[in-house]
Amino acid sequence: MEKNTKNKFSGGKKLITGNRAMAEAAVRAGCRFYAGYPITPQNELTASMAKLMNDSGGTFIQAESEVAAINMVFGASATGFRAMTSSSSPGISLKQEGISYMAGAELPAVIINVMRAGPGLGNITPAQSDYFQATKGGGHGDYRLIVLAPSGVSEAYELTRLGFDLADQYRNPVMILADAYLGQMAEPVQLDFADEENKAEKYDKSWALTGAKNRKPNIIRSLLLEEGALEKHNAVLQNKFREIEKKEKRFEEKKVSSAEILFVAYGSSFRLAEEAALALRGQGQKVGLFRPVTLWPFPDKALYNAAQGKKAVFVFELSSGQMVEDVKLSLNGTVPVHFFGRTGGGVFSVQELMDFVKKTIK
Amino acid sequence: MKETVKFKRPESLCDLQTHYCPGCGHGIVHRLVAEVIDELDLREKTIGVAPVGCSVVAYKYWNFDVTEAAHGRALAVATAIKRCRPKMNVFTYQGDGDLASIGLAETVHAANRGEKLTCIFINNAIYGMTGGQMAPTTVIGQKTATTPWGRDPARGEGMPLKVSEMLAGLDQVVYAERVAVFDPAQVIKTKKAIKQAFVNQLENKGFSLVEVLSQCPTVWGMSPEQAVNWVKQEMTKTFPLGRIK
Repeated sequence: MEKNTKNKFSGGKKLITGNRAMAEAAVRAGCRFYAGYPITPQNELTASMAKLMNDSGGTFIQAESEVAAINMVFGASATGFRAMTSSSSPGISLKQEGISYMAGAELPAVIINVMRAGPGLGNITPAQSDYFQATKGGGHGDYRLIVLAPSGVSEAYELTRLGFDLADQYRNPVMILADAYLGQMAEPVQLDFADEENKAEKYDKSWALTGAKNRKPNIIRSLLLEEGALEKHNAVLQNKFREIEKKEKRFEEKKVSSAEILFVAYGSSFRLAEEAALALRGQGQKVGLFRPVTLWPFPDKALYNAAQGKKAVFVFELSSGQMVEDVKLSLNGTVPVHFFGRTGGGVFSVQELMDFVKKTIK
Repeated sequence: MKETVKFKRPESLCDLQTHYCPGCGHGIVHRLVAEVIDELDLREKTIGVAPVGCSVVAYKYWNFDVTEAAHGRALAVATAIKRCRPKMNVFTYQGDGDLASIGLAETVHAANRGEKLTCIFINNAIYGMTGGQMAPTTVIGQKTATTPWGRDPARGEGMPLKVSEMLAGLDQVVYAERVAVFDPAQVIKTKKAIKQAFVNQLENKGFSLVEVLSQCPTVWGMSPEQAVNWVKQEMTKTFPLGRIK
C-alpha cells in the first residue's frame, strides 16, 4: 500500500523554538500553502515550512520578494486553501498592500510577524515596535486584522492553530505578532499527532476559485466602482469587525483581585513583567498582572474592570509606547497609567522594571 | 431550410457592453481569449487573473472564475493558484505598466520558475487608465503626459522595454510570440497565438507569453483609424511581430 504521509506528523512533547512551533502548528491546522522570503529572525520558520509543506503534499514557494509572497498567499487563499506567510518587521511593511487587498477581498490567511527592532532596517534584535502597524491598519483603507500575541512557545503553537480557524470563520487575515525572543527561544510544546486538513473543510468556501462548473463564476475582488457599492461593502466589513470585537477578545490575568497595582504587558515583555511582579510581591508589594492575548480586538472592558480601584497601572513594552495608548483609551482616565519601555533591541531587566515601579509610586 | 450559426458570442464571454473606448484593442483580445477557452472546452476549468489598469474589470466580461490582483502582482497570484490547483487552466491578462514596470520582478520570476500558465500581455505603450503617462514600452519620441517632449533616452527616460525578447532568454519560457490586432489578418494570428499558449499549458509545458500590440486611440489622441495605423507603421518598428521563442 502506498504510504500516506499527509496525515502523519510526529506528536508528543518536544523542545522546539517558537519559529519551529508556529510552522508545526500551521501544518497541523491544515495549512497547505506557504510563501516567504528570507529575513532574520524568522528564517527557521520558513525553512521548517519548506520541509513540512513537502511532507504534507502542500506547496512551498521561496518567493522573489515579500511583496510576491503575500500576493501568492492571496492567490492560494482565493482557491480555498489554508495559506500562510511569515516575515519580520521590514518585510511585513512590504506586505501591507497585499494584506489590505486580502482584507478588502475577505480572504483568510495567517501572517506571522517575528518582530525585530526598527525603524528602517533597524537591527535583528527583539522589539515590539510594530504594534501600531499590526493593530491600527498597517495598510491603506478601513480594515482590521485579528492580532494574536503569544507570550511563550507553547502558546505560539496554540495561537497559530487558532489563527487559521479565526481567519476562515471571519474570512479575514489574522496576524500572529511574535518577536525575535519568541521566535528563537526553545520551550517544551505538546505537538498533536494528526493534522486538521479535514477540519478546514468545515468552513464555507463556496466563494473560492475552483472553476465555474455548475455554478455562476466566482469573482475575488476588492475593487468596487459602482456608485455606493464600496460604502456598502465597507459597512459589511465593519459589521464583521464589530462582531469580532464582541466575541474574540482574549486576555489573561493573574492575582488581580488582591492587587494594589497592575502590570499590563504582552508577548515577551509579559514574561519579564511576571518575574518583576513575583519579586515585588516577595517584597510585600501587591502586584497583579493583565496580559492582552488579542491585541486587536483589544480586551478593553476586561482591562477596565481589572484596573478599577488600583493605585496605578504600569505598562511595559519593547517600544517607545504603543499599546499604552490602547490601555489609556480603555481606562479613560480612571486610573493613573505609567509607561516604561526600551527600544532598538534593548531589553529591560527584571531589576529595571522593579526600580521603575518603586521610583514611580514612592 | 436548416439554420446554421456561423458566428455567435462565445459562452466564456458575457453579454455586456464593455466600458472600453471606441477602437480600443481590449475588447478584441477579451473575445479572442473567450473564443479559445470555449474551443478548448476549458471554461469550467479556467481561473483568470485580472490586472490593474483599463482591464481591471475584465472579470465583468468573462464568464468564468476570475480574481483581481494588486498592480503588478498578477503572476504571483497566478503562480499560487496554479500550484494549488494544477488541473485548472490559469492565465493572467496584464498591461504594460502592470507587467513590465511595477510587476517586472513577479514577471521575470514566474517565467524563470517556469510556472505552467499562460500570460496575455497587452502592450499599448502607455498608461491608459491613469491618463497617458510614459509606460516602460513607450517608444522613443512618443509624447505622453510625463514625456510631453517625446520619450528621450538622453534625458534619462530609458529605452522601450522589450519584454518578450527578455523573457525568451529564460530557459523555462516555452513560448513567446508578439502579435497585434490592427487588422483582421493580425486578429486571426493573435487568436492562433493565444490558442498555442493555452495548449502549452494543457500539455503542461511551461511558461507561455503572448504579447499583443494594442491600440489606445483615446489616450494617444488619435482616431481609431489613425491608431491602428500607428501600431502597424510605428510601434512594430520597435516591437517587431512574430514568434520570438
